[in-house]
Amino acid sequence: MAKFESLTGNDAAAHALRQCKPDVAAAYPITPQTELMHKFAEFVANGKVDTEVILVESEHSAMSAAIGSSAAGARTFTATSANGLALMWEVVYIAASNRLPIVMPEVNRALSGPINIHCDHSDSMGCRDSGWIQLFCENGQEAYDTVIQAFRISENPKVLLPTMICFDGFIISHTNEPVAMLKDEAVSQFVGVYKPDRALLDVENPYTFGPLDLPEWYFEHKRQQVEAMRNSFEVIESVGAEFGKLSGRPYGLMDGYRMEDAEVVLVALGSTCGTARVAVDVAREQGVKAGLLKLRAFRPFPIKQLRQALSKAKVVGVFDRSISFGIEGGPLFHEVRSSLYGGKQPVIPFVYGLGGRDIRVEQIAEAFKTLQQVGKSGAMDRDVEFIGLRD
Amino acid sequence: MAINLKTLSAKPELLAGGHAACAGCTGPTVLRQALLAAETPLVCGSATGCMEVVTTLYPHTAWRTPFIHNAFENSAATMSGVETAFRALRKKGRIPDREIGFIAFGGDGGTYDIGLQSLSGMLERGHKMLYICYDNEAYMNTGIQRSSSTPKGADTTTAPAGSVKAGKEQNRKDLTAIVIAHNPAYVAQATPSDPRDFMAKVQKALKADGPSFINCIAPCHRGWRCKPDSGIAIAQLAVETCFWPLFEWERPGKFTVNYKPKEKKPLEEWLKLQGRFKHLFEPKNKPILDELQRDVDSRWVELLAAEERTKDVQVK
Ligand SMILES: Cc1ncc(C[n+]2csc(CCOP(=O)(O)OP(=O)(O)O)c2C)c(N)n1
Repeated sequence: MAKFESLTGNDAAAHALRQCKPDVAAAYPITPQTELMHKFAEFVANGKVDTEVILVESEHSAMSAAIGSSAAGARTFTATSANGLALMWEVVYIAASNRLPIVMPEVNRALSGPINIHCDHSDSMGCRDSGWIQLFCENGQEAYDTVIQAFRISENPKVLLPTMICFDGFIISHTNEPVAMLKDEAVSQFVGVYKPDRALLDVENPYTFGPLDLPEWYFEHKRQQVEAMRNSFEVIESVGAEFGKLSGRPYGLMDGYRMEDAEVVLVALGSTCGTARVAVDVAREQGVKAGLLKLRAFRPFPIKQLRQALSKAKVVGVFDRSISFGIEGGPLFHEVRSSLYGGKQPVIPFVYGLGGRDIRVEQIAEAFKTLQQVGKSGAMDRDVEFIGLRD
Repeated sequence: MAINLKTLSAKPELLAGGHAACAGCTGPTVLRQALLAAETPLVCGSATGCMEVVTTLYPHTAWRTPFIHNAFENSAATMSGVETAFRALRKKGRIPDREIGFIAFGGDGGTYDIGLQSLSGMLERGHKMLYICYDNEAYMNTGIQRSSSTPKGADTTTAPAGSVKAGKEQNRKDLTAIVIAHNPAYVAQATPSDPRDFMAKVQKALKADGPSFINCIAPCHRGWRCKPDSGIAIAQLAVETCFWPLFEWERPGKFTVNYKPKEKKPLEEWLKLQGRFKHLFEPKNKPILDELQRDVDSRWVELLAAEERTKDVQVK
């Protein structure tokens, strides 16, 4: 029987990082990521982990130093939120294109402006095309588990891409929940030691990282990133399965709840999936054949698996915790709808929870009813519905 | 290692020929001299800019040391990550236990302007690495735009000399002084026209117990509008006029002036060789010329005074 500890998501992630024994970390404080780095700094200060920590003067330098460190051959992490990620944006892309397996807990927070410190997914969505693997977590346990898996996924030679572990600011990062931790040795064995083929510190075999790439080659290099992303599907699944054997908690690309006979299905990311599970039960009591599809991997986006999982659904609703101005529905909605292209089901957009606004069970149960009505009406399209918004 | 032709000619060139720099560019001369001076293996990095562009045209590289280019404003941060990884992996016994030198390069744009924060952070954190700014006094890679290192009055594409404006309206930023204010281990100004002086400084900097910085003048004949074969001579004239004094600053605060011209040449001799200052010789711009000379004079006096003031400071 696993031993549970009461940990915040930030502390759980910090423990996972400690157990993965990173060589180098570079970070800069921003709410709600701060406590993760406080905890990690405490581990360093007390000799619980011997990571060299670079306390940089900005997030841009955090990612820049992480790139230098990872290219040098060191297992490297950083962590951030919202404006910090936005400030990094330029180098977030460079990390991926250099094929550096940097791991980054990304504690989701709304992007300015107006400035707001609470949860939404606008920050992660802002760099969905940066070439990073993006895995979303439902709770502190998943944040812990996903950090550990992230090193294995990123450092796999068929992948060599950085991974963002996205978990909801405050809702997960600052909430105490029971978290089952693995033994230090078990994690250490599971992640192993990072030994890259090419490293700057291998002075006998000098490599040039980050050369100027003109039209003759740039396209081919982008294509290689595409292949790496394609390879990552299988690696995410196999690492998730192996982790399951170790912990009893297997992971895949997505996870369904009451999907067997579900006719009205909601697709969502992150902590809302916990609330949505209860809402599925409520909706079922009210006579709606509801189901939930929790997406874990947003990048790579598992089109085939999603299509398969939703093949029996009559109506699909998509919950976005971020907005895409000038088009109906958020980024998740558009990915889901394009995955289902050619299908017969209506796919309906909802936007909720921006800037940390709460989402409640009744609101999601209500959304299930709306979806059922849309299904009956035979309409295929509908403008986005904003949940819990003042008129 | 002695810096003489005999020992230097026995060392391998770490920057291969065949790179794409303009004929007569002094940037690669700065790089080669720095690389040749090192007494340990090196890992180098550079900010975006001419030197990065001309040396790393994929699928070629001129670098025979490991090299990383990340972006424009983060050469110092990137190399501070490399240096930290070195300490981390050495401590864990995962790399051979020996010294490696770390050099970050950047142009004046990547150092004085957009990369100043990253440089400041690296200096403050105390990474044991050398930052070399090759200062060609403008953003050359993108077409000769003014930087905060561009001298007052210079004609650049973003602050051109026209009928109502006489080029750049502001004075240069004194970056070397800003770096010294961080109290790093070692700071110097150098020129590729005096390789012995520059290379000795690189050796000192790489051995220093903490961060070090060398600001090296690097004439760009395209931007300065001088003869392509005159770059090194113009660099030396910058020293002879005291526009670009050669000096060192060592912790805990000792200034040493490495070269004192017997006869300090008038600044005009340096300015008149460069097309970017041509308009300053129109009578209406005489006040600017005078101001530039006054500025050089007062800085030189200040520097000599600083040397005198700190002559008893003991360097460890
Ligand atoms: C963030 C960012 N802004 C602007 C640029 C465009 N840019 C590339 S190199 C350069 C100028 C470099 O000037 P400098 O550092 O003086 O080096 P030089 O080209 O003169 O060698 C500029 C403006 C860029 N690459 N990145």
